[in-house]
Amino acid sequence: MITIPYLTALTTYFSYGLLFAFGQLRDFFRRIFDWWSQSNLQDCFNRPISSPPDAWFDVVERISNDNNKTLKRTTRVNRCLNLGSYNYLGFAAADEYCTPRVIECLKKFSASTCSTRIDGGTTTLHAELEECVANFVGKPAAIVFGMGYVTNSAILPVLMGKGSLIISDSLNHNSIVNGARGSGATIRVFQHNTPSHLDKVLREQIADGQPRTHRPWKKIMVVVEGIYSMEGELCKLPEIISVCKKYKAYVYLDEAHSIGAVGKTGRGVCELLGVDTADVDIMMGTFTKSFGSCGGYITGSKELIQYLKYTCPAHLYATSISPPAAQQIISSIKVVLGEDGSSRGAQKLARIRENSNFFRSELQKMGFEVLGDNDSPVMPIMLYNPAKIPAFSRECLKRSVAVVTVAFPATPLLLARARICISAAHSREDLVKALEVLSTVGDMVGIKYFPAEPKKQQLEGDRVKLE
Amino acid sequence: MDAMLSSFESMVKSASDWVAFALDAPSSRAVVFGVPIRGHLLVEGLLLVVILFLLSQKSYKPPKRPLTKKEIDELCDEWVPEPLIPAITEEMKYEPPVLESAAGTHTIINGKEVVNFTSANYLGLVGDEKLQDSCTKALEKYGVGSCGPRGFYGTIDVHLDCEARIAKFLGTSDSILYSYGLSTMFSTIPAFCKKGDVVVVDEGVHWGIQNGLHLSRSTIIYFKHNDMKSLQSILENATHDNKRAKKLRRYIVVESVYQNSGQIAPLDEIIRLKEKYRFRVILDESNSIGVLGSTGRGLTEHCKVPIEKVDIVTAAMGHALATEGGFCTGSARVIDHQRLSSSGYVFSASLPPYLASVAITAVNVLEENPNLITKLKENIVTLHKGLSDVEGLEIASDPQSPIVFLRLKKSLGSFKAELQVLEDIANHVLKEYSIFIATSKRSTADKCKLPAGIRFYVSAAHTESDLAKACESLKKATAFVLAGQ
Repeated sequence: MITIPYLTALTTYFSYGLLFAFGQLRDFFRRIFDWWSQSNLQDCFNRPISSPPDAWFDVVERISNDNNKTLKRTTRVNRCLNLGSYNYLGFAAADEYCTPRVIECLKKFSASTCSTRIDGGTTTLHAELEECVANFVGKPAAIVFGMGYVTNSAILPVLMGKGSLIISDSLNHNSIVNGARGSGATIRVFQHNTPSHLDKVLREQIADGQPRTHRPWKKIMVVVEGIYSMEGELCKLPEIISVCKKYKAYVYLDEAHSIGAVGKTGRGVCELLGVDTADVDIMMGTFTKSFGSCGGYITGSKELIQYLKYTCPAHLYATSISPPAAQQIISSIKVVLGEDGSSRGAQKLARIRENSNFFRSELQKMGFEVLGDNDSPVMPIMLYNPAKIPAFSRECLKRSVAVVTVAFPATPLLLARARICISAAHSREDLVKALEVLSTVGDMVGIKYFPAEPKKQQLEGDRVKLE
Repeated sequence: MDAMLSSFESMVKSASDWVAFALDAPSSRAVVFGVPIRGHLLVEGLLLVVILFLLSQKSYKPPKRPLTKKEIDELCDEWVPEPLIPAITEEMKYEPPVLESAAGTHTIINGKEVVNFTSANYLGLVGDEKLQDSCTKALEKYGVGSCGPRGFYGTIDVHLDCEARIAKFLGTSDSILYSYGLSTMFSTIPAFCKKGDVVVVDEGVHWGIQNGLHLSRSTIIYFKHNDMKSLQSILENATHDNKRAKKLRRYIVVESVYQNSGQIAPLDEIIRLKEKYRFRVILDESNSIGVLGSTGRGLTEHCKVPIEKVDIVTAAMGHALATEGGFCTGSARVIDHQRLSSSGYVFSASLPPYLASVAITAVNVLEENPNLITKLKENIVTLHKGLSDVEGLEIASDPQSPIVFLRLKKSLGSFKAELQVLEDIANHVLKEYSIFIATSKRSTADKCKLPAGIRFYVSAAHTESDLAKACESLKKATAFVLAGQ
């Protein structure tokens, strides 16, 4: 639940109203108002880079000769501090342990198998990867795919179908939404991260049964994420699991942002929140973020994986995961577990935790409105007002700090935000510099909604309740 | 009887007297503003009040009795979910052969070298030196993953170069990269086809397209597999005398080389129909880029159709280009639209940069070595000829298709039974003759109804002896397995 001051809400609505009015006018006076084209924000997104997305990276400068309508790449680059990539453990760039092994593997297995897993795309490397992932996550078996998005959207149609019910968190990722839609199951939504509402929905649904026929549901699955990438919040997993156990619903946990990033040994939210992995029926995750590779996995019981390998479309019809990417995952997991013979993994895990908590508390001290929980490396800073999006993004980039801004339709209309992703690759100096820049820009743009001491309790009264 | 009647009469009489008295009562003869108010007006007035009173009341509803907490608790306790997955049967325990080396035309399984016909490595680019070089350089420069979606610093310069290179190669104005072949189709289709649109589609399309169509929520009409007459009659029906259809967006979705049968779509005919009935065409070129046409530019070149006539072209790059991911190409407007509204592009991490750099190199190699395509075409002809007289099997694929698709001559009635026989043949060929081929296994989520078959993916890197050996072994193995039936 986010609360926002009345004045801010009003001005934000007013601002959108203004945009709307101008948009309407533009239809009549197209030439006069051409500069109000929707590409007004264009330069804040899709910024190309020309280096790996490490702690510092080269952002390619772009120029526009037609008021931002089209952007041309130049050869100039701007060395920026990277606060945007999901490089939680710092495996994005070439790594002393991983890269030589990845290149070795490329020589042996080449870049692609050009075949599906079920035909001729399973190499010894794939078998090793699945065993390694299952061990790391703490489940009996695993299956891997070449893309995280496909993992969600191809698994749900296999497990759920007509007559079954998927109960999904209201802020779940698009891949889950698409997977659920593709399955043909009935979909109900519960309030974001609210176990009590989940309880209510489950009770109602079990009592009502299927729509129209009122037959009992075949099965019910509750789908949640470990860390919500737009909110930076940790899932209330223990409570949700106890609710699901009470109603015999299956639990599907998407750990795209949490695996590798949180927990004492990087094993994700289950480890962080003290949940037994046996209580989660299906654990999904991606390798794009913490492990600096690509692809996704599903772990679960041996039978579940066997069934998925028999019938999952992504296993049967999609090219198997590229061997170098598979090797990168194996090597980075070994580093995290300390099996490379060094303590780099443990250091990385400690660093990302320290970095995240330091950065979050400093931002809060400065008066920014920061969402999310402690330990989460994702921290959205609320901007609210649409005009503040490009202002914040451009001013930060001018000062060599690259941030991600997110606006409608990825967020609700009122809740535009900038999102910071902290990495273990950031040094303390990097973070201090970033904080200085954010503070300056924050003053300029006027987004320090809690100046000086945060007096949350007193402010609570005059705020609009928003979800 | 009489007594009763008379008492009834007296009752009626006294009642009418009472009414007459009431009407004659002084109050009912009151004069208001000079108008005498007659008694019946009073009664009517009263009636009106009663009617208004009744109207103001809610209509009768049986009292609601929601389930009590206890009843809901009981229902929740009684409810028993089905198991998450069905019971594991013997056939679900299938384990594919595990490769011990790269999936080139010759690979190692169980320590034995085998000839590989399961990789769609059409141009033999798996393990190509130039590709390996560019891949190594990219890995050293960019690392493996891109750690973000394209919008959020996941756009790396090689992505833009790769998009430009593909567009230049195919002669289109722009192209867009997807990070996985399978997601290309099921993201592109819902970006364009919306609820209410009419989509006419071949019944043999692969699952990626089926899923895309399902997600689009459009009205889907299937036509008979690669049958232009059926397509025409459906287009005719869909547009004839249907004024509404003229206002809807209409699409035809086809594959250039069908994964499920090896048939090649007659694009020239489809374009003629599309122009006649005013539809748009979405074409999946996954198995034809780098294969069909004299320079490998795909089905459009093969059928001598200018690529501008096809509205949307998609392709997976995990075939001839020996990399991963996929792309969509077409006019600048088609591509720009996807950059904002295609879910697999917006919400997924971008393609690992090293794979984009392999794709660029593969296109370069393809352009520089036209002999690769000539060799591939020769191999297709040789294999097609060699496999055309296998006892008990027949070729279902087009003579020019890089996928040679064989199915049983005699139908066994069910897909499962046929697949089992074919699988036995494939296993036998692998074990006895070291030829690695694959059957067309099908997911339970797949709605394709075409018969099962054995697939040979032909490669330019197969030698003549490889092909001869494959034909010879398949004949022997089929005879052996079918004899045991």
